[in-house]
Amino acid sequence: MYDKTVAQLSAGLQAGQFSSVELTRSFLARIAALDGVYNSFISVAGEQALAAAAAADERIAAGTAGPLTGIPLAHKDIFCTDGLRTSCGSRMLDNFVPPYDATLISRFKRDGAVTLGKTNMDEFAMGSSNESSYYGAARNPWDTGAVPGGSSGGSAAAVAALLAPAATGTDTGGSIRQPAAFCGITGLKPTYGRVSRLGMVAFASSLDQAGPMAHTAEDCAWLLNSMAGHDPRDATSAPRAGEDYRAGLEDSLKGLRIGLPREYFGDGLDAATGACIQQALRELEALGATLVEVSLPHSHLTIPTYYVIAPAEASTNLSRYDGVRYGYRCDNPSDLLDLYTRTREEGFGEEVKRRILVGTYALSAGYYDAYYKKAQQIRRLIKQDFMDCFAQVDLLAGPTTPGPAFPLGAKTDDPVAMYLEDIYTLAVNLAGLPGMSVPAGMVEGKPVGMQLIGQHFGEARLLNVGHRFQQATDWHLRRPANLAVEVA
Amino acid sequence: MITLRPRCLLGQRFPVQKTMAIEQDEIEKIAALARIRIEPAQVGQVTRRITEILRMVDQLQAVDTSDIEPMANPLDATALLRADEVTEVNRREAFQAIAPAVENGLYLVPKVIE
Amino acid sequence: MQWETVIGLEVHLQLATRSKIFSGSPTTFGAEPNTQASAVDLAMPGMLPVLNAEAVRYAVMFGLGIGAEIGRRSVFDRKNYFYPDLPKGYQISQFEAPIVGRGSFEIQLEDGSTRSIGITRAHLEEDAGKSLHEDFHGQTGIDLNRAGTPLLEIVSEPDLRSAAEAVAYLKALHSLVTYLGISDGNMAEGSMRCDINLSLRPAGSDTLGTRAEIKNVNSFRFVEKAIRHEIDRQADILEDGGQVVQETRLYDADLDETRSMRSKEVANDYRYFPEPDLLPVVIDEAFIEEIRAGLPELPVEKRHRFIAQYGLSAYDANVLADSRDLADYFEAVAAACGDAKIAANWVQVELLGQLNRSELALAECPVAATQLGGLIARILDDSISGKIAKQVFEAMWQGEGSADDIIAARGLRQVSDSGALESMVDQVIAASAAQVEQYLAADPDRRKKLVGFFVGQVMKLSKGQANPQMVNELLAKKLV
Repeated sequence: MYDKTVAQLSAGLQAGQFSSVELTRSFLARIAALDGVYNSFISVAGEQALAAAAAADERIAAGTAGPLTGIPLAHKDIFCTDGLRTSCGSRMLDNFVPPYDATLISRFKRDGAVTLGKTNMDEFAMGSSNESSYYGAARNPWDTGAVPGGSSGGSAAAVAALLAPAATGTDTGGSIRQPAAFCGITGLKPTYGRVSRLGMVAFASSLDQAGPMAHTAEDCAWLLNSMAGHDPRDATSAPRAGEDYRAGLEDSLKGLRIGLPREYFGDGLDAATGACIQQALRELEALGATLVEVSLPHSHLTIPTYYVIAPAEASTNLSRYDGVRYGYRCDNPSDLLDLYTRTREEGFGEEVKRRILVGTYALSAGYYDAYYKKAQQIRRLIKQDFMDCFAQVDLLAGPTTPGPAFPLGAKTDDPVAMYLEDIYTLAVNLAGLPGMSVPAGMVEGKPVGMQLIGQHFGEARLLNVGHRFQQATDWHLRRPANLAVEVA
Repeated sequence: MITLRPRCLLGQRFPVQKTMAIEQDEIEKIAALARIRIEPAQVGQVTRRITEILRMVDQLQAVDTSDIEPMANPLDATALLRADEVTEVNRREAFQAIAPAVENGLYLVPKVIE
Repeated sequence: MQWETVIGLEVHLQLATRSKIFSGSPTTFGAEPNTQASAVDLAMPGMLPVLNAEAVRYAVMFGLGIGAEIGRRSVFDRKNYFYPDLPKGYQISQFEAPIVGRGSFEIQLEDGSTRSIGITRAHLEEDAGKSLHEDFHGQTGIDLNRAGTPLLEIVSEPDLRSAAEAVAYLKALHSLVTYLGISDGNMAEGSMRCDINLSLRPAGSDTLGTRAEIKNVNSFRFVEKAIRHEIDRQADILEDGGQVVQETRLYDADLDETRSMRSKEVANDYRYFPEPDLLPVVIDEAFIEEIRAGLPELPVEKRHRFIAQYGLSAYDANVLADSRDLADYFEAVAAACGDAKIAANWVQVELLGQLNRSELALAECPVAATQLGGLIARILDDSISGKIAKQVFEAMWQGEGSADDIIAARGLRQVSDSGALESMVDQVIAASAAQVEQYLAADPDRRKKLVGFFVGQVMKLSKGQANPQMVNELLAKKLV
């Protein structure tokens, strides 16, 4: 029951092969039995999940069920869940139980999906390895000595370890795509504004976007159907209705023009990983696509641009954590300044504090023009590079990451080395484009991912290409060892 | 299959074009602005790491951006406004149940001196 | 040395929207603490602002009201600082691209002269909550009901030269925004709060002196007092050869002094940058024209019209055009009686006087404009004298009905029957031999004074109802 896609589980529920309560119980049992190793969940919903499953079973019996009714899902611990702790991987919110749901959570509830629990993540989504989590790093199910990627590492590990059939993540600079690649699953970052950010704890407002993480592109389409759509309570939400992302999955790839940015295939790319991507590209060619070399000439500016904009926005987004209205408060503050400075010293971890300081610096008097304004200008150049490519091609393809998952602790002492991990994913966020990672090979027993980058609001096309690719390949069907534990 | 000309993105560790080395006292000023206390013994290390990040970021200075409009939103979208309607109800009890310190409906903080 | 005072004002105006600028919370004043603070207002994690269309509309109305350029693409920025009444740790405001650009409007001074005062800009922002410093075991209580109330910050040019001009400016501004209906202008409830930037310079100098900013002055009277006090303070420093320190000061109404706010002297670096949660507001010509078409007649226009159309003095026009309610009332009275000048006089003296004594607002006035107009009409057609009219007005105020009802019920109609009047005049002359003798012996100038005695006697005899003009004419005929 646990090694099935969302689409298969939905069919099983509708056909009465099993109930949502049984399904939910089976995943809860696996989490209880196995997550001690993977540390992929911060909170498990338990009774709340079973109650939701029972309600879903009633809907199924009454014939009012939708495609996701009764499907258990894991949500990144960045989405506020009414009555269920939302820590964002931080001590600052360790005691925070929101009295409201994020729009994304409400939408899944509306459609009858069941929340299994909240997954581990880098603190406030700042990280590429899950190691900045207050709750300790999640482990990569393919190699528990390696990172699962980040920041949505818990969601990726939970799906890869078959502790949830699918999950949600958020992606500010690669936080869905990179862990999806490292854990051998499929992850989609939609166009900026496609999925509501309301109730999603903010990291960098102009870059953050929520998306689905699952075994297959088809499952991502199913989840995105629930998630996408205009939310009048998020002013940056795109004012367009959702669409049926399943509708075009089977479309032919004949005549599709795929651009290969030459900057994404350079020296920094691990040779074995590069070979996997080349092989995957040949598959796409075999499916009828034409490959065209293109260029993103400002790629070398992506990391510095991102590491000004993201920390700048984060530095002020995180000002609200002051120990006054919710969350962590230091003991016995001597005065107001002490309340602020100690609450924030003790409540935030190192990486978060570092980024707040960098962002504060970049926005401060005398530096604004040299850093923030400059980065916003170069951001336009980076976006324009993509627009120039899309004048020639339908989508872009390349590696998701420079290599497979790295060992735990390998980069924790070198922030800049950690930042370089996101070299291929950051630009997509700066340009607001949709990007997807699909499993595309194995290197040293660990998965690697191919990244597909679409045009604004071109999610359906990406899912179509991912789906056709998965019909022709079996990378997405590979499973880590030692998972086939049947739990009573 | 086409052959891609390799172009280095990662090999270099960002040559320093113009060092905007940040001094320790500047970090202390920024930390005060951000209301984050730094353990005195840590200030040196924090300064070193931030200097490294700023060095990486300083590559931006080499680019001429004089005619480029800054981009705040990736879609260059414009605002949709909300109708002037009261849609919220009083949920003080729920909100204050998760507050660190409240009394008589007020949030409490150490005495503020004006 | 002679010093010239240079004043610029920053007014924070609460806009009269139903809901807050970025959330659907109500904006009602005086609710129980934190009962009007939603998740957005409390800056709960993941909460996002969405701009209230009415706040934009009101700001544009104001901009058109002062003939300003409207920002076709205005941008919200974050102004970052930590304070317990600022839940997000930043205030959403406008920095580089405000919604209202440069404009100006006319103020009228006590002596009836007018001046044009420049407005540098006006921008939308959110209000902060309130810190309550009563003792909660040595702690401060925070009420966030006010957090997120829409504010229009109106910044004037340093065009004001005295406390009187500053007050005239504020009154004119108050009048404008209440005309537009974009604010209740209630200073006691903080709907209109004022920061004063003030400096002195030697008379005739073109350069500006160092200024001090006086924060949060909340009544016309306090503005006047705070300015007078600050002028004296700065003049004392300069006369002694000292330097004014650029700083923020607080006006203490109890002690009638300004004092330095040392706590805020820590250098602020607000780190303004475009608010990424809100998109630029684009305003097109059609929207502006629609608003322009719906604008009411504004105080300055009304003042000029009152002078031109009704022949009122500049002073009267200024008083009557001060509020839309009063202007409407006056025009209704004038229309009902047909004589605007007498209507203006009655409204200013009797009506406003009575309202003042009764501590009532015009909206609570027991005498309708048509009633007052009806009363004046009876003066004009000689049915009653001005003196009797005041009695009738008193009765009207007590709710005794229309002028005609009261005149009839109390038998106050003026006696204009020449036969009846002649017999009363004769009676008075007969009973006042000594006065008649004195009158006849006097020169024409003195006679004019002495005739008053006879008029008074006739009025007394008629219980005030004799037509004074006819009495005068009869006396002139008979006293020869």
